[in-house]
Amino acid sequence: MRAILTVENFASNLVLTFWTPVFVGIFIAILTYALWPRNKAMFDAASRQPLRED
Amino acid sequence: MTKQTDSVKWMTIGEAGLTMILAATVFLSIIAAAKAEDTAYAFHVTLAGFASLASIFVILNRYFGRGDLPPQEIGGRPNYNFGPIKFAAAASVFWGIAGFTVGLLIAMQLAWPDLNFNLPWTSFGRLRPLHTSAVVFAFGGNGLIATSFFVVQKTCRARLAGDLSPWFVVLGYNFFIVIAGTGYLLGVTQSKEYAEPEWYADLWLTIVWVTYLLVFLMTLVKRKEPHIFVANWFYLAFIVTIAVLHLGNNPALPVSVFGSKSYVAWGGVQDAMFQWWYGHNAVGFFLTAGFLAIMYYFIPKRAERPVYSYRLSIVHFWAIIFLYIWAGPHHLHYSALPDWTQTLGMTFSIMLWMPSWGGMINGLMTLSGAWDKLRTDPVLRMLVVSVAFYGMATFEGPLMSIKVVNSLSHYTDWTIGHVHSGALGWVGFVSFGALYCLVPWLWNRKGLYSLKLVEWHFWIATLGIVLYISAMWVSGILQGLMWRAYTSLGFLEYSFIESVEAMHPFYIIRAAGGGLFLIGALIMAWNLWMTVRVGEAEEGALSTPGATLQPAE
Repeated sequence: MRAILTVENFASNLVLTFWTPVFVGIFIAILTYALWPRNKAMFDAASRQPLRED
Repeated sequence: MTKQTDSVKWMTIGEAGLTMILAATVFLSIIAAAKAEDTAYAFHVTLAGFASLASIFVILNRYFGRGDLPPQEIGGRPNYNFGPIKFAAAASVFWGIAGFTVGLLIAMQLAWPDLNFNLPWTSFGRLRPLHTSAVVFAFGGNGLIATSFFVVQKTCRARLAGDLSPWFVVLGYNFFIVIAGTGYLLGVTQSKEYAEPEWYADLWLTIVWVTYLLVFLMTLVKRKEPHIFVANWFYLAFIVTIAVLHLGNNPALPVSVFGSKSYVAWGGVQDAMFQWWYGHNAVGFFLTAGFLAIMYYFIPKRAERPVYSYRLSIVHFWAIIFLYIWAGPHHLHYSALPDWTQTLGMTFSIMLWMPSWGGMINGLMTLSGAWDKLRTDPVLRMLVVSVAFYGMATFEGPLMSIKVVNSLSHYTDWTIGHVHSGALGWVGFVSFGALYCLVPWLWNRKGLYSLKLVEWHFWIATLGIVLYISAMWVSGILQGLMWRAYTSLGFLEYSFIESVEAMHPFYIIRAAGGGLFLIGALIMAWNLWMTVRVGEAEEGALSTPGATLQPAE
């Protein structure tokens, strides 16, 4: 029996087909952000945040 | 509204609103208690009535006694709110000892079944969830609430958001613990592991947890620091995910609104899958993400070294978030769950090994340049050893999730050993380390009453853990091998009771290990108590006594 194409199953097929590349893409974007050389100074400062007393 | 000599004092919206809601709760509790269909429900609504009444008294008493609300800043420095944190820290110690004691009792019941006392309330089946909930949710949960409220304030340089709401979170959460715990003893349970509390306790926890999320989020919103420190990310993941898991796993229809019994919205394999999606992520987000937040704040602070690699901490965080949520089906290997789902759970569990070890390395390497402190500072040693246990447990977990390994280990004591290397070694030690740091900071003391006692605690508890987990490894593998042993004729070689008999010496060793762990915790309680009672006050305090909201107990 052929499945009837509805908005719902089109959307769910889209999600099922593409969630892996989408999530991998998001994760790569996070890696890029974490490893981006220009962010180093901000991260170095953040790593000392617990040590700063008020 | 009371009139003072020269100015009119108004109740805050929170004070007035909460008082009215609590007053309504008192009346509803009376009606519910009168119409209750079972004793446990009657007992719980009566408790709710008395707790509401007591809360009304405390709120009004504070209102009549107070001047203006505590300021956000004093002299340009944030006026941190330590009152609810002190309560949660003390509650964590109290529930820890209660939970370890019940654990010791049920360990002894396994070795000597007469200790069930032939009473329903003290049977293994009721005391076991009391033990797990007391250590995970009461000891661990109060530790997480205390440290999260501390860390978010310090790293945001802002006073905790809300006036009554932080107290509502702390007291409301502990009320949930009391309802859950007494419920187990009275036989009230929905029989879902780590989600045993019935529908009304679940509803109450939802209200408390949403308030917790709001207090945490609003404190982040008020922050003076532009960057949100990584520990807060872990705390936020813990709070948000626990909310989602709790709502996802607990939809149930009560038989009557005046009775404790309910039925889950879905049954069979769907229920099993939801349950272990919940169960494993309770491990991943309650017992891991929350305590990793403790690691990322308390280890740098105690070692006086920056986080080893902040970049790694970001990757660690997101990798854990992306992977953990898929690992649950490894609890249901060789069950009615579709085979591909089991393989999916196994695969993600193995992938989790890497971010877990990345986090462990980040925690351990934070000691770079301060390794010598391990010799002199037993508190730091406790924190660092906890991270080593984290590494060990997160290696063992993926190993056990492999289907062929699981076919040997599942339903055996190996699982219990694995859980306890994580619970005693990782969660227990990192919490003890955090409490040893937190209590002098909160009560404005120069240091702990005795570092020597911390040494004793450390070594006694470590010995206890080693006895516990090695006994469970041996007994678990022995048990698994006995169950699968066949004779040359194809019959099972051992009856079940023979495998139970073989466990006996290991159960005694395990109980001895648990006893040592409890002794260590009692030493800690004494040390912390003496730190508060007779510890030398710190000059130029972190907190500003008098200006902060005082505990309302």
